[in-house]
Amino acid sequence: MDDDPRLFDYVLRLADNGVVLAQRLGEWVGKGPALEEDIALTNVGLDLLGQGRMWLAYAREIEARYAPPGRGEDALAFLRDGGEFRNLLLVEQPNGSYADTMARQFLFDQWHLMLLGALAGSKDERIAAIAAKAGKEVRYHVERSADWTIRLGDGTELSHRRMQDAVDALWMYTGEMFAVDAIERGLVAAGVAADAASLQGPWRSAVAAVFDEATLAMPGDGWMQGATGRGGKQGIHTEHLGHMLAEMQIVARSHPGARW
Amino acid sequence: MYAQMVDTGVAKVRDVAEMTQEERAFQDRIDADVKVEPKDWMPDAYRRTLIRQIQQHAHSEIVGMLPEGNWITRAPSLQRKATLMAKVQDEGGHGLYLYCAAETLGVSRDAMVADLHAGKVKYSSIFNYPTLTWADIGTIGWLVDGAAIMNQIPLCRCSFGPYARAMIRVCKEESFHQRQGYDIMLALCRGTPEQKVMAQDALNRWWWPSLMMFGPPDAASVHSAQSARWKIKLLSNDELRQRFVDQTVPQADYLGLKVPDDRLAWSAERGHYDFGEIDWQEFHEVIKGNGPCNRERMQTRIKAWEDGAWVREAALAHAEKHAARERQAA
Repeated sequence: MDDDPRLFDYVLRLADNGVVLAQRLGEWVGKGPALEEDIALTNVGLDLLGQGRMWLAYAREIEARYAPPGRGEDALAFLRDGGEFRNLLLVEQPNGSYADTMARQFLFDQWHLMLLGALAGSKDERIAAIAAKAGKEVRYHVERSADWTIRLGDGTELSHRRMQDAVDALWMYTGEMFAVDAIERGLVAAGVAADAASLQGPWRSAVAAVFDEATLAMPGDGWMQGATGRGGKQGIHTEHLGHMLAEMQIVARSHPGARW
Repeated sequence: MYAQMVDTGVAKVRDVAEMTQEERAFQDRIDADVKVEPKDWMPDAYRRTLIRQIQQHAHSEIVGMLPEGNWITRAPSLQRKATLMAKVQDEGGHGLYLYCAAETLGVSRDAMVADLHAGKVKYSSIFNYPTLTWADIGTIGWLVDGAAIMNQIPLCRCSFGPYARAMIRVCKEESFHQRQGYDIMLALCRGTPEQKVMAQDALNRWWWPSLMMFGPPDAASVHSAQSARWKIKLLSNDELRQRFVDQTVPQADYLGLKVPDDRLAWSAERGHYDFGEIDWQEFHEVIKGNGPCNRERMQTRIKAWEDGAWVREAALAHAEKHAARERQAA
């Protein structure tokens, strides 16, 4: 009985990362530094939104098992308040400059790829199938964001400084990706969830290799936001999420029950 | 249209007798429906006109991303959000093919963008109107993309090969855009009373600007005759506008919406709808830069370009460093 609400919560974590980061990328449309970048960013955003929707569809099925009929993707996306969102703090951070956007993307993509790789072996067949499908898209995302991390890091003096500043500023949100709480621990033991803690070493090596080529310094591991069980995954967010949701949910909430 | 009032640089259409031998041979090929390719000889005025026309079209795609992009973050369902993102991304893709088609005529994309930002080249008047509600997204797809298809289908047969081929691809995507727009309108019109009011309000605001997209009336269209002769404009502004009205009015009826024109009536005699007078003063003011959003649209584009300069410079600097290292290693 308790398993389904926990699984629901876990799947929402996966879903909300996609929906929230796609929302951020959608803010760039028409304003990218080059037309090709505009198109590519939208493409990544579309992939993440599509993945978010697949996770939300599965979340509904799980919820329906203990609270039928379960909330549909739009009820979950548009009618939950900030405290009910389960995404990582990293993905809700504002776009900032192109360096900030690319640093956020690379730090997340590299983790996301490894996480999906682990989830592809989940004992939960639905999780394994969605992860395998999403993993193919995310392989391309990380290629692109790693490439931009290198280009900006090893570009001009100005771009190097901006990229280093971006990485330094976002670093404190990376610890949460590897923090395993009670919900995840139970699901890891059951072979359903990925053991995020085990990804930290490989993630660090992959990030270090890209930073090395980008001539960026690896930030020191100081205090990590949200890594002690009180972060985005538990619904305790930064101030940024509320504003994002206010914008995202305004039309849907202004017309209760309407179909679009 | 996406390219309105394109200046051909010629005062009047030249007679055969006034043409040089090369010009005559060129016109003969066009008359025989042989496509002109970038390496072929072409009159300077043809080249200049096409550069203007294709780049206006490309700029319209790019500036057109802004009014629709305005609603990506507020789309009321995830399905609609995904479709809108895909649609706006397609517009960016259209801009890319069109810039490439113009580049085959010997002008760089950077030069074209600089001309846009300097106000030397226009984009379609329609994108200077604001998108105020979600229904505007439906209306743009339905009316604006509908009008664009009306103009672009004939352009698939235009005389310049790269432009004609770009149009074939663009038209396929535009017809999907038009359907998604109409589908938004259908959902609104079958929805709550508030949604229906929203749909009617959007139609009221976009109807006349959509008719203006086809450009001034034929009688006032000074450059059309030469463009027609060159087959880079295949149907006149008024013919296209009439086709658009004839096609769109029954669609509005089906939605249960009222077209905001008291003089709109079916003429059995003409076999077409008669419609009211367009406010040409408004059209010319919008073209001149006095539309509700001209300044904002340009400021947004210029800001994106300027804010992106350091990114483009970094990418170039990195490519140079990378190439130098490869040379050293070799």
